[in-house]
Amino acid sequence: MAAAPESADSSKGGSLIGWIDQRFPLTKLWREQVSEYYAPKNFNFWYYFGVLSLVVLVNQLVTGIFLTMNYKPSSAEAFSSVEYIMRDVDWGWLIRYMHSTGASAFFIGIYLHMFRALLYGSHRKPRELIWIFGCLIFLLLMAEGFMGYVLPWGNMSYWGAQVIVSLFSSVPYIGGALVEWIRGDYYIADATLNRFFALHVAALPLALIFLVIAHLMALHEVGSNNPDGIEIKKHKDAQGHPLDGIPFHPYYTVKDLVGVAGFLLLFCGVIFFAPTFGGLFLESPNFEPANALQTPPHIAPVWYFTPFYAMLRAVPSFAGTQVWGVLVMGAAVMVLFFLPWLDRSPVLSIRYRGPIYKVMLTIFVLSFICLGVCGLKPPSGIYPMLARVCTVLYFAFFLLMPWYTKFDSVKPVPERVTGHA
Amino acid sequence: MSDQVDHSRRRLLTAATVGTGAIGVAFAAVPFLASWLPSARAKALGAPVEVDASKLEAGQMLKVVWRGQPVFVVRRVKSVIDQLGGHDAMLADPASDDSIQPDYIKASGAARARNPEYWVGLAVCTHLGCSPLGAFDANNSFQVAGVDLGQNWPGGFYCPCHGSKYDISGRVFKSMPAPKNLTVPPYALAANERITIGVDDAPKTV
Repeated sequence: MAAAPESADSSKGGSLIGWIDQRFPLTKLWREQVSEYYAPKNFNFWYYFGVLSLVVLVNQLVTGIFLTMNYKPSSAEAFSSVEYIMRDVDWGWLIRYMHSTGASAFFIGIYLHMFRALLYGSHRKPRELIWIFGCLIFLLLMAEGFMGYVLPWGNMSYWGAQVIVSLFSSVPYIGGALVEWIRGDYYIADATLNRFFALHVAALPLALIFLVIAHLMALHEVGSNNPDGIEIKKHKDAQGHPLDGIPFHPYYTVKDLVGVAGFLLLFCGVIFFAPTFGGLFLESPNFEPANALQTPPHIAPVWYFTPFYAMLRAVPSFAGTQVWGVLVMGAAVMVLFFLPWLDRSPVLSIRYRGPIYKVMLTIFVLSFICLGVCGLKPPSGIYPMLARVCTVLYFAFFLLMPWYTKFDSVKPVPERVTGHA
Repeated sequence: MSDQVDHSRRRLLTAATVGTGAIGVAFAAVPFLASWLPSARAKALGAPVEVDASKLEAGQMLKVVWRGQPVFVVRRVKSVIDQLGGHDAMLADPASDDSIQPDYIKASGAARARNPEYWVGLAVCTHLGCSPLGAFDANNSFQVAGVDLGQNWPGGFYCPCHGSKYDISGRVFKSMPAPKNLTVPPYALAANERITIGVDDAPKTV
């Protein structure tokens, strides 16, 4: 190749692309990753949420960069600088609402993207690493969302930070010192805000981008799953392309463009008409400055954390420590990593699974939503008990999976993908 | 030069290089990790705080800030002090064996105070650090943050975040999210009812 610069198939004489291709694998990357990446032809609605999450990630990066240009990460100025962005900076309100709405949109996208995996077995062999990278993205995103929520330094920011940072105090022996180290002070203070800012705008986004690239590289290495959960590479044409595959570009770029347009309609609707979304996306106690002496009467995290928060609250302290609730909450996230190995069903897609999995998945989704509601409500009345029941159901879905997926009946899986197109 | 490669020698050298590098990385990480500890300025601002408790009326509460944390100073009425030991059976840790308090508080038993009339404690819930509310009225209709504290409520503190209840000595009730009693910080009590929070012995008055 190097000896024959004119012979490379991509270089058309002395074209610019040809010049680049001899120095950087531009055409090669484009072909491998986009124009000759063969994706199954039977993708449906559920396959929008990956690309939508990517769009929201770009939205968060761009709006975030512009927010940092006016935001001041100090306990004395943070709250007023956010007010300044909202009132005095031209279009500042739009940029901030795009960012705050984007955070919720990100989690909606990620939750539906993960649910898609549960439907069609996208996490199963040989895509375990894609799933694990995805779980790491989810984990980082939770850290990113939490720290971003602290930055406006409203009273809910402050007390939310207090509650979450205090979780680490339940670590035996070193808990107290660990919390002091995280805070950098004896309380949630300027030092805490400043370091959360650094993590939120630099460290975590870098790690997120790296993981998203790893997620996509792993996906393009093994190829996409599909609603039938069967391997399209088993049947190839004379050129070696999967018979049931179509090039990502132009077929799926065009399909995704429609999804993105539909998403942007909804997204803009929220930004312009309901940016607080009834207190779910932005909570009203956060419209007053942080006050170290006054806990808001009712602390509820933003909606995307409430299922896990409800589990934290559902577990009573035992043997003089409240570490159990923290462990249960941590386990609720960690158990996701093991999902590819917990599922023992011979088929991937829910289309060919038996009734037990369908019932368990329904119970799981309902209990997750129910936990989300419990986490928003005060811990009184029926909610603590409801949260306990739902926590048990949440874990039952995962921990009983090796048994019920094995005993569940299956339908015959077709050789080629089914589809109406 | 022999073209024979001594693989065991190469492995040893590789391992030694990696090991030395790893130690170097560990040492280099120390300044970065230590930069997260409370700075010299933060430590200096954690100095003791003095409160003049004589201005409190019986049944009143004062919140002061020490190390950025709210601290309760409650002046308890006589009838409340007399009934303090009466509900030990309902408490998770009535003798404060598992809770944080200076040793000199221990001797006061249910009062958990240097002087039973003045109770000093961190207004930081031992569950997740919210600030509990004072709910001193012992009756069955008292409502705080929309929650009915019930018929047997002896008066005390209620944490609005996750519903933990404490008695008026900051002792947590059974089956609450909070695992421990409210922390009693080190404090000194001078004769003129001046409370110094953050030190064990009263500073010498001039």
